[in-house]
Amino acid sequence: MSDKQILLTIRDLRIEGRSDESWTEIVKGVDLTLHKGEVLGLIGESGAGKSTIGLAAMGFARDGCRISGGEILFDGIDLRNASEAERRGLRGKRIAYVAQSAAASFNPSHKLIDQYSEAPIQHGVMARREAESDATDLYRRMQLPDPDEIGFRYPHQVSGGQLQRAMTAMAMACRPDLIIFDEPTTALDVTTQIEVLAAIRDIVEQFDTAAIYITHDLAVVAQMADKIKVLLKGEEVEEADTRTMLDTPTQDYTKSLWAVRSHARAEQPAVSSDVTPVISVRNVTAAYGTIDVLKDISFDIHQGRTVAVVGESGSGKSTTARVITGLLPPRRGEVLFNGTALPPNYKSRSKDQLRQAQMIYQMADTALNPKLRIRDLIGRPAQMYLGLNGKALEERVKNLLDLIELEPENYIDRLPSELSGGQKQRIGIARALAAEPAFIICDEVTSALDQLVAEGILKLLDKLQSEFNLAYMFITHDLATVRAIADEVVVMKEGVVVEKGPKSEMFQPPHDPYTELLLSSVPEMDPDWLSRLLEERAAS
Amino acid sequence: MGFLMGLFWIAVVIIAAMAAGWVFKQGTIAAAPSPLAKELRTMPLTASFGLLMILIYVIAAVFAPLIAPFPETEVVGREYEAWGNEFILGTDNLGRDMLSRLIYAARNTVGIAFVTTALAFILGSILGLLAAIVGGWLDQVLSRAVDVLMAIPALIFALLLLTIVGTSIINMILVIALIDSTRVFRLARAVAMNIVVMDYVEAARLRGEGLWHLITREILPNAMAPLVAEFGLRFCFVFLTISALSFLGLGIQPPTADWGSMVKDNATLISFGDITPLLPAACIALLTVSVNFVVDWQLHRASGLKE
Repeated sequence: MSDKQILLTIRDLRIEGRSDESWTEIVKGVDLTLHKGEVLGLIGESGAGKSTIGLAAMGFARDGCRISGGEILFDGIDLRNASEAERRGLRGKRIAYVAQSAAASFNPSHKLIDQYSEAPIQHGVMARREAESDATDLYRRMQLPDPDEIGFRYPHQVSGGQLQRAMTAMAMACRPDLIIFDEPTTALDVTTQIEVLAAIRDIVEQFDTAAIYITHDLAVVAQMADKIKVLLKGEEVEEADTRTMLDTPTQDYTKSLWAVRSHARAEQPAVSSDVTPVISVRNVTAAYGTIDVLKDISFDIHQGRTVAVVGESGSGKSTTARVITGLLPPRRGEVLFNGTALPPNYKSRSKDQLRQAQMIYQMADTALNPKLRIRDLIGRPAQMYLGLNGKALEERVKNLLDLIELEPENYIDRLPSELSGGQKQRIGIARALAAEPAFIICDEVTSALDQLVAEGILKLLDKLQSEFNLAYMFITHDLATVRAIADEVVVMKEGVVVEKGPKSEMFQPPHDPYTELLLSSVPEMDPDWLSRLLEERAAS
Repeated sequence: MGFLMGLFWIAVVIIAAMAAGWVFKQGTIAAAPSPLAKELRTMPLTASFGLLMILIYVIAAVFAPLIAPFPETEVVGREYEAWGNEFILGTDNLGRDMLSRLIYAARNTVGIAFVTTALAFILGSILGLLAAIVGGWLDQVLSRAVDVLMAIPALIFALLLLTIVGTSIINMILVIALIDSTRVFRLARAVAMNIVVMDYVEAARLRGEGLWHLITREILPNAMAPLVAEFGLRFCFVFLTISALSFLGLGIQPPTADWGSMVKDNATLISFGDITPLLPAACIALLTVSVNFVVDWQLHRASGLKE
């Protein structure tokens, strides 16, 4: 690699962000060197400054940020001191950017191909006709279905994974020297993620394009990058080529990142068949309007056990939760609690029935009323269901805060906006616990969190489960989470239960073909995993 | 030359207003307890000027009998006397003191406008929130009823209703409150619609919370900012409607002082180049602008926009 020409050099980059009235440094002196055709992976938690550095490589700082020090040299051009016109000349032509959410980045009122042609025509690289035939060619290389036609669709007419590939093709339009990928697959399902990853890797190799690949997912970066740089709070932790980094990380922080997925729940003895399950979903069929989204679903959840419900988005996982909680009365079938049928609509359930089944939401931001203090957020269920008041209520709230490992005195009077993402999720857990339920539904509770924080939440849930003998229904699309926490697994696809059984069986063949696809799509830390998988799939 | 002098005086007035705003801002920051002072620090000069003006209006309204040199309705001089030592702003068409009537009118017009707006808000926002939470047929019935009321031009509708029920202050308050509550309903419903779909409202419903708790604890606190901003704007509209109705003779009835009818009573003076009839109009304009300054600041804060 090092014999290749250097494309991008960043030296002692410092970026400041504005908060309230003052400037705080958010990137604190990062160095970076990228050779032609090389792919650098930037990883770190949210707030590590990954995206900010990515944008700075284009000489750009977001609103409310400014580049306050250091040097950015792109192919000999000093981007910091270049005029805005010069920088504009580079962007889109020699440096391109692929954003996290393609759906939000495309203009919904123009056809894909028109948006594709914009940059080449603007920069005078190609004429319209040329650009359009080139687009078709790139769409074909990106393995988009119907490459001749797809460009003439509007963004809402193609799927998320296709849109992300179309965006990568668009970034390629002027054959740039450098592409910055900002979490391009984070919003996608594992099965679509693979297609996008393969397509991106392919095209970057074909055109020998250098890339900066920003992600928080180690397994993904292992497939894509030649070398990896780990960031923490705006500072570099370490940098090495991919294999060295994966095999022998030197810094403690990197090791902790690597070790994240090591948490695994101890195997539980099988439940004997005569025990009444806490929750039993029996032949449930449910619909929004006239379309059935759940078709004849049945499964049981026992006391002290965790059932993980897995599947892609749109497979009906969350709808199942809505049926159990009574938000969506099923068309047919019923939900039993400790052997007795629950009224289908939550409005006709008794206070005690409502108390027994609690829910923890995916987005803690929207699940906690931003205007209430922690005291009231957690206290309300305890007050309502258990009739606690005054001193007793305060004691209970403090007790709960202790349980979720937040210092009571320090947190009891805070507003949700004064907490971090992981802390908010802990409050969500405390609110569910406050009702002293028998059963908790966890709807993607860790998917919006950084890996280390998510790990903490999983451990906490595990601890609480053994302490209170809770039954969990764990909705997730992340199979690593399933490995970490589940006793039993229910795999769903298009509203049908494809497979169900104990975890140990699920991770052993033989599988249902869909389970097989899901399982094999989960990225592994091995840098050869993607190539091997693609070969295997091509062969079969 | 006259034009330049005009510009000069406009500049002087603006600078004086800003200076007054600045002094007022520093004063309140010094006087307020620390969390409030932090909020006040974010206040632009326009807003502090607006607050100062509103304060002055309120003081004038509350202490009118103490401030005004003459009683509200008594004839104290000849008709249309010029500005002078005895009658600072002259007298009106019946020989009543202009300044005193301006001060008393603050009490009448602003007081009635405030009560009307408050009524419109209570009615409109409660129904709007209910429509959003309950949804279904209740939402349909309320929304369609509001659509029908809104389809008729507000001023004409008010005139129509007032001729039916008869002109009195109570009737006017009720009629304008009813008409304006339709606008409040639409806003409250739209804002609440966005809040109702939040997970925390779902969580509260699943907890088994009643309607009252949902409205007062979960939804209203989160809908407060836009509603407060709307209150300011609505207040101005109501205020203008009252003045317009009074100007047309269907609003506040003589001899009660009120800015709208004061413009009408003294309108003939305009033809003689006397600006006295414009004074009540200026009072209306200044209060409207001041309220809007404050509302702009609140809206800005509520929307979370920085700079």
